[in-house]
Amino acid sequence: MNRTLSTTFAALALAAALPALAQSPGGTLGKIRDAGEIRLGHREVSVPFSYLDDQQKPIGFAMDLCAKVVDAVKAELKLPAVQVKLQPVQLSNQIPLIQNGTIDIVCGPATNTLERQKVVAFSNTYFVSSIRAVVRKDSAVKTFEDLAGKPVAFTAASTSIALLTAREQDKKFQVNKVLSPDHAASFLTLTTGRTEAFVMDDILLASLVAGSNNPAGWRLVDDALRVEPYGLIVRKDDPAFKALVDRTLAALYKSGEFTRLYNKWFMSPIPPKGVNLNFPMTPSLKEALDSPNDRGV
Amino acid sequence: MNYPWNWAVFLQPSPDGTGTYLGTLVSGLAWTVMVALSAWALALVLGIIVGVARTLPNRSIVRLATAWVDVFRNVPLLVQIFLWYFVVPELLPASMGTALKQIQPPWGAFLPATLGLALFTSARVAEQVRAGIQSLARGQQQAATALGMTLPQTYRFVLLPMALRIIMPPLTSEFLNAVKNSSVALTVGLVEVTAAARAIQEYSFQVFEAFTAATIIYVVLNLAVVLLMRRLEKRLAVPGLAWAAGAGH
Repeated sequence: MNRTLSTTFAALALAAALPALAQSPGGTLGKIRDAGEIRLGHREVSVPFSYLDDQQKPIGFAMDLCAKVVDAVKAELKLPAVQVKLQPVQLSNQIPLIQNGTIDIVCGPATNTLERQKVVAFSNTYFVSSIRAVVRKDSAVKTFEDLAGKPVAFTAASTSIALLTAREQDKKFQVNKVLSPDHAASFLTLTTGRTEAFVMDDILLASLVAGSNNPAGWRLVDDALRVEPYGLIVRKDDPAFKALVDRTLAALYKSGEFTRLYNKWFMSPIPPKGVNLNFPMTPSLKEALDSPNDRGV
Repeated sequence: MNYPWNWAVFLQPSPDGTGTYLGTLVSGLAWTVMVALSAWALALVLGIIVGVARTLPNRSIVRLATAWVDVFRNVPLLVQIFLWYFVVPELLPASMGTALKQIQPPWGAFLPATLGLALFTSARVAEQVRAGIQSLARGQQQAATALGMTLPQTYRFVLLPMALRIIMPPLTSEFLNAVKNSSVALTVGLVEVTAAARAIQEYSFQVFEAFTAATIIYVVLNLAVVLLMRRLEKRLAVPGLAWAAGAGH
């Protein structure tokens, strides 16, 4: 996400200001047992990971994964029922809220960065986004180098500009950068023919394409500038809870349930508008699922 | 406040590969000045024409000029620039639209932004010109007519020289507005001062330094405009008309 870094920073700044949270003896699991409730942090507009449907109920791929985690917690603690408390969170406050115990797990798209790993822990990677380009379906562009000399859309101040500049200097080519203040405007420069490509996180591009008038008219280029692993955020230094989350994810993958959930959110029409993102599993995601890990970038 | 101030950030290389953050700001300043000055020049010419048209005896010309003012003054500047950038090329014949879209960046953003700002400002200038003309005693126009002057001569030699001097102070404000409003050009991707500050903030996280610098740039730029306009006002003051020159004490 283009704001990931600034958010990390904001979160860190906030975190530094907060007193360290004293862990209850049993960690997150003990806290859940004592309170009889688990607190899930969810996002509000992060389609299809975690967002509000037309009844203002949080739904999404990460929410489904979290529901499985809740089931696993119930089984682990041998509790017949655990109350689920939902707390909306934002990029900027999700980490402080985990740290101070307001929420127990973040069910949303969060890039696993080394910077963030200093203050929180991540589950094993459950999704991988990468910075790619969307082009007209009939375009011959296969790599970023093919865009040399062409007008290319960027959202102003996004990390994709710096990443492409690095690639340009590395491979000795240059594109004409057309800047727009937000993703919708950047995509509009592509659809109106002002630019020949738009470079951004692939899942964001897929949702822009899916919501456009002619989703079949656009395609994503395979070439990627950087891959970002997403994980569920849990508290640092709580290996018992993290292990439970990782076990849950691993079991989902083994049983094929993970693929079913993936297809439900990425390959089929999703609420509220019944748009189909049509975003098949990328090679980097398959790799992360085959050898589960919580490596950050 | 737990904020890591770092004023040296401006000397760090910016990740878009064009030099330092200071360079980003300087190039932003250059674009701000270019947009503001070109838009102001165009707005002044158009504004005087439309403002004069609103005071002419010909009814249909007045109606046309009023429509101009109503359209360009009542639609938000942001929307206007967006229309010029995204919508107008689609309404033109395909070949013209394509030619417009293929103008090299950042000129492709500069032109619609400048045009939008110029038209928006021209409507406001026109109202001031009209007010200036109508503030003159009716006798002036009648005297000019009595002297045998044609209508163009009346405007050229009697009405406009007075009216334009009278409206110098509000015109200064309009000029300042043009400088500040040029920041709206960032919505079509022109990296002027505000967009440059935003970029620095997004890349380096030094938000306070970036926007402090932008604030100082705008204030200094506008103070320069104020000084310039004040000298111009003094220079052009009508002798004996103390209220118009603002120097009656």
